Amino acid sequence: MSDRITVAKTYKLYIGGKFPRSESGRSYPVADTKGAFLANAAQGSRKDARDAVTAARKAFGGWSGTTAYNRGQVLYRVAEVLEGRREQFITEVAGSEGVALKKAQSLVDTAIDRWVWYAGWTDKIAAVLGSSNPVAGPYFSFSTPEPTGVVAVLAPQQSSLLGLISVIAPVIASGNTCVVITSQDRPLPAITLSEVLATSDVPGGVVNIITGRTAEIAPWLASHGDVNALDLTGAPESIRADLERSAAGTVKRVLRNKAGEDFTATPDMSRLRAYLETKTVWHPMGV
Amino acid sequence: MAAPTTLPSALADATRDESSLRRFLHGLPGVDQVGVEQRAAGLGTRSIKKASKLHAIDLAISMVDLTTLEGADTHGKVRSLAAKARRPDPDRPDVPQVAAVCVYPDMVKTAADDLVGTGINVASVATAFPSGRSTMDIKLADTRFAVEQGASEVDMVIDRGAFLSGRYGQVFEEIVKIKEACGDAHLKVILETGELVTYDNVRRASWLALLAGGDFIKTSTGKVQPAATLPVTHVMLQAVRDWKDQTGELRGVKPAGGIRTTKDAIKYLVAVHEVAGREWLDPHLFRFGASTLLNDLLMQRRTQLDGHYSGPDYVTVD
Amino acid sequence: MWEYAPAPESRDIANLKPNYKMFVDGEFVEGTGEPLKTINPATEEVLAEVSTASESDVDTAVKAARKAYDRVWSKMPGSERAKYIYRIARQIQERGRELAVLESLDNGKPIKESRDTDVPTAASHFFYHAGWADKLGYAGYGPDPRPLGVAGQVIPWNFPLLMAAWKIAPALACGNTVVLKPAETTPLTALVLADIIQQCDLPPGVVNIIPGAGDVGAALVGHADVNKVAFTGSTDVGKVIQGQLAGTNKKLTLELGGKAANIVFDDAPLDQAVEGIVNGIFFNQGHVCCAGSRLLVQESIADELLEKLHARVSTLRVGDPLDKNTDVGAINSREQLTKIQELTASGEAEGATRWTSSCPLPDKGFFFAPTVFSGVSQAMRIAREEIFGPVLSVLTFRTPEEAVAKANNTPYGLSAGIWTEKGSRILWMAQRMRAGVVWSNTFNRFDPTAPFGGYQESGFGREGGRTGLEAYLDV
Repeated sequence: MSDRITVAKTYKLYIGGKFPRSESGRSYPVADTKGAFLANAAQGSRKDARDAVTAARKAFGGWSGTTAYNRGQVLYRVAEVLEGRREQFITEVAGSEGVALKKAQSLVDTAIDRWVWYAGWTDKIAAVLGSSNPVAGPYFSFSTPEPTGVVAVLAPQQSSLLGLISVIAPVIASGNTCVVITSQDRPLPAITLSEVLATSDVPGGVVNIITGRTAEIAPWLASHGDVNALDLTGAPESIRADLERSAAGTVKRVLRNKAGEDFTATPDMSRLRAYLETKTVWHPMGV
Repeated sequence: MAAPTTLPSALADATRDESSLRRFLHGLPGVDQVGVEQRAAGLGTRSIKKASKLHAIDLAISMVDLTTLEGADTHGKVRSLAAKARRPDPDRPDVPQVAAVCVYPDMVKTAADDLVGTGINVASVATAFPSGRSTMDIKLADTRFAVEQGASEVDMVIDRGAFLSGRYGQVFEEIVKIKEACGDAHLKVILETGELVTYDNVRRASWLALLAGGDFIKTSTGKVQPAATLPVTHVMLQAVRDWKDQTGELRGVKPAGGIRTTKDAIKYLVAVHEVAGREWLDPHLFRFGASTLLNDLLMQRRTQLDGHYSGPDYVTVD
Repeated sequence: MWEYAPAPESRDIANLKPNYKMFVDGEFVEGTGEPLKTINPATEEVLAEVSTASESDVDTAVKAARKAYDRVWSKMPGSERAKYIYRIARQIQERGRELAVLESLDNGKPIKESRDTDVPTAASHFFYHAGWADKLGYAGYGPDPRPLGVAGQVIPWNFPLLMAAWKIAPALACGNTVVLKPAETTPLTALVLADIIQQCDLPPGVVNIIPGAGDVGAALVGHADVNKVAFTGSTDVGKVIQGQLAGTNKKLTLELGGKAANIVFDDAPLDQAVEGIVNGIFFNQGHVCCAGSRLLVQESIADELLEKLHARVSTLRVGDPLDKNTDVGAINSREQLTKIQELTASGEAEGATRWTSSCPLPDKGFFFAPTVFSGVSQAMRIAREEIFGPVLSVLTFRTPEEAVAKANNTPYGLSAGIWTEKGSRILWMAQRMRAGVVWSNTFNRFDPTAPFGGYQESGFGREGGRTGLEAYLDV
């Protein structure tokens, strides 16, 4: 072993496919569960959140408009790149969550598998949740699920990678784009995930990742007029109700997860359904 | 090809040649089947009661083309029909006369002789009715014969085969020539909508007939099912309404075949009223081609006036 | 001149009573709120006095619903629930004429609509959902999805009976019990529905109907023992309710306002498009959340279409809702009439060209002649705000892209109409509409099998179809 000095990584935000520092110029120290310094993370601001929403909106048309097959391939490609970074994630999860390496391995593997699971959903959602409606008249009526739009995701505070992936993947699998506020104290795996996204085929802006103080940034997203849905999973208990009240100002869809959600458990479709709008189309049948 | 009347330039252009005609007819707005049938059914729920019903019945009687078009027709049958036309309800002299008696060409003279001075028109089918499958010369001769015999109205059939195979110019020219052969007689152009099948075709055939100078467009010969229907008549009423909007001219519509009850007739009058407009509530612009309808109108008229239901024995069967 | 003689449906058929009581725990009881007088908007006469719920009555009703849920309804096999719901469907059909006449009296809508749309569609919603009660395991929410508990439901005045059916039928099918508050100005048919429910021997407390104003609705949705809130009404109130429920775990669905675009391309079936436009905005006096209140017409046919539209609208018969030939009835309330007048005045003030049908209006009652504004721009209030009346705003576009941009340029997203004979364009447009229901070459079609609901500020959750069950299941 040489005494080589390692190159420390700078953890930045991920907005519109780029890695900016926070416009505020702020950063904050991130420690492991025992308090040892790990790195500095960018401390995102409301303006970073605003920029992220703009980027997510800009990306929405293209991402929702691409074929489900193509979205599936893009997401599967993400899983491939995740797999390539497996060791890095294990180290980061172990550091962030204070778990043993073996546990961290299991969490990372489950996270990658979770991503694959959602990748496979892209071109099945419409068949499973859509319908042709046997209306009582000479019409063909069909209903099809469509993405809600821009989703603000407050990522789980504890589960730094598996939880993160469990809340992001269902949002984008169906064609939504998102702005994610990471776990405040465990943001490092999220930034590494953004590097994975940037180096796979996910268009810039589909996922935007902001590190920082959840309670500081979340209210700006909850009240934002161009955000269509809000996932409260990682919301601090003290502001949950306030965020919901803000969200009501533009009738946002709000995902209120059940307390103590176990991300290691096999998911069902509820997180997919949460960000889908059913569109019913009618047309007469005649000659 | 030449338009028979002075038309606005857009319409005159339409008849310049075969391809202009095709472009024009295929450029007409489409007709959505479900939509037009729904509208017809909706208007069919109008509730026409009391004085408005009585008015409708008298109006409908005055619009009847009392028709017999059977192989078994005889001069005697036509005479009794003419008598019925003059006095539909012998007990009730206030019942209006019908608009016309409609017969085959060889019966025209009989009908005309019996109707002299009554103001009731004699209509004759012509042009190898009902199929129209003969040569142009024979169709013209058929028409001239009917007019010479005293027909003031001629009900021609279009060549549906030509229409359906897209030979619009041929159909157009046949109508133009028959119109010429009619002289002063009014020309009703039978589209035989039951063979045209789609409402888009009905709309195109209506415009074709109007462009060629038909005074009336008529749904059916009565020999093909379906004959007149409410939605088909809607489409034809829209055509004469739009024709008037574009040319200022008033042309008529005649549903024929299958209209047997007063209730049906009133539904047609409601359509005339609300789709084409009030102006068309006039025997000069709307006719019913019917035989049994008249007696039902007369029975219902009695019911309205007498306050109790009438029966078939109180109206004459001819 | 041929004039249609009056053809009124007899008001005796409505079996109108001088007093109506609220329905709680299987009994009709006096509420302890201030009684309200419901009026006939076509004549301004009082139809009946209706007792209303106080806050403690709300509590009593919720307790009754809870008891019925715990002891009876949640334990009953779906196949047994189904039979109760089928009974209700049949009874609505049997008492259809009574319900139709009563609805037209209380609401002001034309009898032909209450008779041919509201009542039959209400029956069909019960009939459809009855069949789901014992098949929920096949609905795609897991093998044995569970109900939520007590549903608090608040409905509007535009389709009083039909909205009650939309709310109650799926709730019962999924195994929930119900406390429903009908609108203040239209409580009567919901209370006849209560009578039907009583005649069907539904266990006491499974359905409770408590008339009252907004305060009763607020007390109901805010009640701590309500598990599910369903609201149909204005976006403003919807936002208040969503805010009120913040921090609770009540499941919420909202069906709110709209400002739908009805888009007509130059190759549309024009006569049917005119019918669709008329139906889209003048059906139910325009008191329809999914009304096609913005007409977007391609510039090349704008003049022709407008001319046809004026001619057609001139034939609409405005007047006595009970007359079978009435096409447009009474505005539901003076308050609503005032709002419509105020918004149309703003349209004129902002420079739009107003055309109003010259049809005669009755001397008394709340009536508003069908009105079409042309030369409207997106910036005008009449293009942005929901008028909820017989007022159409006409805008133009040049390209499909422009049509999409203008159609979607609203915080609402309930419905849209597309008129063109080109199939691929219909699908292209339908995909781009940010709206929950897209009618192509038709408008205002409803069916219990077809999910209905909005995008964005038009609300969330769906009613109808397999999708609609989610609102009443703990999934």
